[in-house]
Amino acid sequence: MGYPHKSHPRETPILSKHFGDPEARTLEGWKARGGYKALAQALATDPVAIQNLVKESGLRGRGGAGFPTGLKWSFMKLGDGKPHYLCCNADESEPGTFKDREIMRWTPHALIEGCAIASHAIGAETCYIYIRGEFTEPIAVMEAALAEARAAGVIGDNAMGSGKKINIWVHRGAGAYICGEETALMNSIEGRRGNPRIKPPFPAVAGLFGMPTTINNVETLAAVPHILNNGPEWYKAMCLSSPKSNGSKLFSVCGNVARPGNYEVVMGFSFKEFLYDVCGGPLPGRKFKAIIPGGSSVPVITIEEAEQVKMDYEGFMEFGTMLGSGGVIIFDDAQSMPKQLARLARFYAHESCAQCTQCREGTAWMTKILERIVAGQGTFEDLDTIFELTESMTGKTICVLSDSCGAPVTSGITRFRGEFESLITGKRSSTVAVG
Amino acid sequence: MSDQKLVNLTIEGRPVSVPEGTTILEAAKTAGVLIPHYCYHPGLKIAGVCRMCLVEVEKMPKLAPSCATTVGEGQVVHVYSQKALDARKGVLELLLINHPLDCPICDQAGECELQDYTFQEGRADSRYREPKRFNPAEDFGGDVLYVTNRCILCTRCVRYMGDVAGDRALCVEERGDRAHIGIAPDHDLSHPWAANVVDLCPVGALVSKDFLNKARAWELDRTASVCPNCSQGCNITLETRDANVVRMKPRTNTAVNQFYLCDEGRLNYQWINRDDRLEVPVVAGKPATWEQALAAAGAALKGGAAHVVAHGSLSNEALWLLKQAAGTGTFRVASGAEAPLPGVPDLALRADRTPNATGAELLGFRRADQPLAGAGRVVVIAGDDLGGLDTAALSGATAVIALCTVLPKGLPSGAIVLPIANFAEEEGTFTNLRGRVQRFLQARPAPGHARASWSVLSDLAAAAGKKGGYGSAEAVFAAMAATETAFGGMSYDSIGLRGQASATAGVNA
Repeated sequence: MGYPHKSHPRETPILSKHFGDPEARTLEGWKARGGYKALAQALATDPVAIQNLVKESGLRGRGGAGFPTGLKWSFMKLGDGKPHYLCCNADESEPGTFKDREIMRWTPHALIEGCAIASHAIGAETCYIYIRGEFTEPIAVMEAALAEARAAGVIGDNAMGSGKKINIWVHRGAGAYICGEETALMNSIEGRRGNPRIKPPFPAVAGLFGMPTTINNVETLAAVPHILNNGPEWYKAMCLSSPKSNGSKLFSVCGNVARPGNYEVVMGFSFKEFLYDVCGGPLPGRKFKAIIPGGSSVPVITIEEAEQVKMDYEGFMEFGTMLGSGGVIIFDDAQSMPKQLARLARFYAHESCAQCTQCREGTAWMTKILERIVAGQGTFEDLDTIFELTESMTGKTICVLSDSCGAPVTSGITRFRGEFESLITGKRSSTVAVG
Repeated sequence: MSDQKLVNLTIEGRPVSVPEGTTILEAAKTAGVLIPHYCYHPGLKIAGVCRMCLVEVEKMPKLAPSCATTVGEGQVVHVYSQKALDARKGVLELLLINHPLDCPICDQAGECELQDYTFQEGRADSRYREPKRFNPAEDFGGDVLYVTNRCILCTRCVRYMGDVAGDRALCVEERGDRAHIGIAPDHDLSHPWAANVVDLCPVGALVSKDFLNKARAWELDRTASVCPNCSQGCNITLETRDANVVRMKPRTNTAVNQFYLCDEGRLNYQWINRDDRLEVPVVAGKPATWEQALAAAGAALKGGAAHVVAHGSLSNEALWLLKQAAGTGTFRVASGAEAPLPGVPDLALRADRTPNATGAELLGFRRADQPLAGAGRVVVIAGDDLGGLDTAALSGATAVIALCTVLPKGLPSGAIVLPIANFAEEEGTFTNLRGRVQRFLQARPAPGHARASWSVLSDLAAAAGKKGGYGSAEAVFAAMAATETAFGGMSYDSIGLRGQASATAGVNA
């Protein structure tokens, strides 16, 4: 549901069904709403069977990359004698994304249940939920729920009396965007500087503390109990377009829109109807101009393109952008795109971990050029430089932060070149609405 | 080697076979291709951060960092394809946008990998129009100055201090383009092996305070040598300007010191250049010709058994000739605290602060704290400066022959003094504490009439009626190898510039 707004009838509230309901936060309340049945069933099931079930459901990673979850779990070599780890990525730092925050705030036990099932499925006895430090309320809610679950024996050395050991701990981040990158996240848990690691080795081979590790997003894990309760066919059938995108997806909507918030729709939902109907359309007297549909790292598209999109992994790719994390950032006709994109670039420059040359220097240079253009000091050569710089920064670094800085900027220049050019020629100033 | 699986691949059109697990960067070296790189160093853990070593590997979707990519059977690697060149050009441009370009006043100029690769593959111009980042330089303690603005954040220094020196003094502070190398609170680079970060730094960010603004890299002459400051025998390069040693750098030898040299070793070189040297032979307080001095010394040696005081700073050749001319004797060894480099097996600043104690012992000389004790009528002092010794023991001597670089204090007035070269002024070999025999070459001329120690001792032996007349250090070594089992089967050719384990003292050599 669109918490804090009322649920829209065209939503499919599965993960968000209990948002805004304080009773769902407690163990009793959660059990009363059907909670922990899936875990009990899972603990009595062979891990490989659970992996296969999730594979069949078509569930894909909700953190941004969209990697098939069941397949990821099957990379963990069961019975290899090594400790396995599950990391739940709750670092949700992508600008424009705040769906995991609501899952943790309102349905902490849904996440705990998902973590416990996944831990069992990959042979892990320890799970770390890595929550960004700024999420003070979700951290408190998660800690309280974990304490309750531990006290009741739902998790612990004998989870639900099954004899299986599943311990779940909250690890609090310290405010670095890069710690949402899975290998940086593992370094951070280990007490190291949050720098992404070179791959290979992949986490399933050598991850946390050098041991086989799986990293899943909050929303991915929270969906798992529902899949076990209702069956993989039920989940797979939730699909309005591409057969490769299944289930429901939470979209965090922010920016210049009548009803910002979290909305849960089935994969393949019409983006046009989502924007104008579910989210209430633009603010009075304004028009939508541009959309970043999947968190700030994905290319920006025009509203005309957005209106044709089917909201699934493939649908967004068709228009040169990505579903990403589902963080929809909406710009209306009162916004200056150069100014907005300069602000985004500044974010990446600030958050670059400084390992790779292209990212450390490139994101900062990109920001300086954009801010100079916004200040009316730009040249046409600057636009060419940005494209060449983006080429230098893309596909050449350890992680994709560098790529993520270039993608919204170059896509924005391609689509809104006029706004950049009028700033360069001095016809407009960025403080006045452009477009 | 035989059971090691070999992988065959093609690099720049050249077929290469390397053991499984080798990186593309190392494999390329065997094909004679040096892939440009900054963060990679063979002695350090792989970081893969500078992204300079990107190469194109056929069938790989993206350019591969060759330092972090292991070879695969049948791989076809293009180091100089347009795609790879463009990527590296991009990295070089980005490394330079905030770089001060202060090469004219930078000590690294001339031996700077940023200069070299930019010249080789970089852009001729800059597109950067913004103000450059500025950070003040910082004294890191020890011999190290950090010139922040030149830093390219390759993190070689951080990894070396943490993983090899075992002292996590350095780290990367801050993020993004504000990042710089930071030093942990209450730490400095006074670790006994810390100054290696200066050599490891591929640019001019970490520079030696001792060498600061002393010389330009291209003015220096370089000579392969062995560190004379302890018995480890680290391989070094003596760097001279106008025949003065201005710097000692480690010379790679994986069997001895890998890539490293301790601070005490590298900074203790000024004595080589000292200008109060003995330049002419002296007989009874008066300057003499070599003929006069050698004749007097020969006559004295014929007069009876000599009490011989040797020194661990003399080469094997000199010690052997001393033994021929006057017999064996004793030597004293200065000692200090041992300081290991934790990340390298069997590498330490050794307690014996002299390079050839093992060689002296193999040739029959014995350690003694008071080598003058019991001195008889004829005394030969070779190499020892007599500092701290009670020279009253020499009062009963009828003849004292001293071979030295500076005039020792306390010599009797009638002494025959023969000026010899120091190790940097002659050729020879030292035997390190593991029995490894290593050659050092001549880096500067001996002052005045001073001559190589082997040459003086060769003539002294002849003057004493023994076999002499050797024409080169190599000839002396050959004669020694023929008679001394410890050096049996060895020659200058077989020793080369990396050393060879002694036949009898071959443990861990």
